[in-house]
Amino acid sequence: MTALDTAFAATGLVAVVGGVLAVTTRHVVHAALWLVVALLGVAGSLLVLGAELVALVLVLVYVGAVVVLVLFALMLTRAPIGPDLEHRAGPWRTAGSAALGAAVAVLLGSVLLPLSGSAVERAGVTSTQVAGQIFGTWVWPFELLSLLLLVALVAALAVSRIPREAAP
Amino acid sequence: MSLLEVAVRSASVLAAFLVLPLLVGQTEHKVMAHMQGRLGPMYAGGFHGWAQLVADGVKFVQKEDITPRAADRWVFRLAPAVALIPYLVALATIPLHPGVAAIDVPGSLVLALAATSVGALGTLMAGWASANKYALLGGLRAAAQLVSYELPIVLAAASIALAGGSLSVATLTDRWSPWWMVWQLPGAIVFIVAACAELQRPPFDMPVADAELVMGAWTEYTGLRFAFFLLAEYAGIVVMSLLVAVLWLGGWHGPFEDTLGWLWTLLKGFAVAVVIIWVRVAWPRLREDQLQRLAWVWLVPLALGQLLLTGAGVVMGW
Repeated sequence: MTALDTAFAATGLVAVVGGVLAVTTRHVVHAALWLVVALLGVAGSLLVLGAELVALVLVLVYVGAVVVLVLFALMLTRAPIGPDLEHRAGPWRTAGSAALGAAVAVLLGSVLLPLSGSAVERAGVTSTQVAGQIFGTWVWPFELLSLLLLVALVAALAVSRIPREAAP
Repeated sequence: MSLLEVAVRSASVLAAFLVLPLLVGQTEHKVMAHMQGRLGPMYAGGFHGWAQLVADGVKFVQKEDITPRAADRWVFRLAPAVALIPYLVALATIPLHPGVAAIDVPGSLVLALAATSVGALGTLMAGWASANKYALLGGLRAAAQLVSYELPIVLAAASIALAGGSLSVATLTDRWSPWWMVWQLPGAIVFIVAACAELQRPPFDMPVADAELVMGAWTEYTGLRFAFFLLAEYAGIVVMSLLVAVLWLGGWHGPFEDTLGWLWTLLKGFAVAVVIIWVRVAWPRLREDQLQRLAWVWLVPLALGQLLLTGAGVVMGW
């Protein structure tokens, strides 16, 4: 095993453990914090693979903005300290989701594993290449996505501004 | 890069991280005092109270470390570290002198911004885990503020990256010309204002508003953990000031820049830090709605306009 293999395995492990704990923990806010760990693990894996810009933007956008927003929303609701037992899923739902998750993992693994080489290779993607791809080759999908997000944003604003019937 | 070099780089960043915030803190004590017609600390250490913050540090170490019984133990104890360590990473990305930076990677500007945005999580963790109403309200205000002010910071930094055609802080400083101080001025103003808000410094200190919320998210903290939050705030001032210095004020560019470059960077950063202190003394605290208004009605459009101007400038080849 090369050093890159070890580093990739370590960051991947962090991501998987963080993800599993984010799903299984009984504390709502802990779930958001484990999500941070999982995202940092994914960012680390991307760094090992040489996609520096993507990794950093992942941290900047997801940890810096999305998780902050999630925590903000959780603080506005009742997010008690200690385990939240009211919203416990029953054993059937737990077993069903576990089976579904395992099935997806096996499916993805069986598709992706034959494609992988023997050792982790560093791609060394420069920011210029990423920019060229996004704003050259893929510029229309990219702009369409931006437009979609904008429409969603405006629609959310419009929905929240619909005058309600006077409350009794 | 050999192991020795890594050790030397890490040790020098750690030394800067422990010294520069104290220097800014002491300057704040003295500058604020003189602006208010006081003397500030005068006794500790003898000469004009230079050792006041060292004495404060010793005091913090001696205090009892209390975790409230109702608090979420692990999150509560981890929060100061989450607030502090990202600023150490961010400080490491800043170049002092041509070719002298602890971490010199192609995307160091994004790395610095990403690190500072992670640091903000510490305040939120502290606010929620303290099991205290004041702390929760402080955390809530901090979250609302951080979400709004992250955008202008990134947009202003993006404008500089566009002007210099790079994401590396060192390259950007290398390509800096005095002309940037004119046509990037709106971006610089947006960045400094948003940085003050990101650091929750007065006049943007609603999250810690001491008259309403005791000490906001930090209410339940004592001893060293509380000191870590303070250190994170001052380390944040150092990081943001140095970023303004290297990106907008040209860093090491100045007379004798081959030998004195590092001094120019530090002096420019120090000047920006004094401005941030000055702002604290000069303005009263904003209200929550005023703060959101400032971010969305003024800073974001201004930063977008700056981005447009920079884009036009780069395309026309000004």
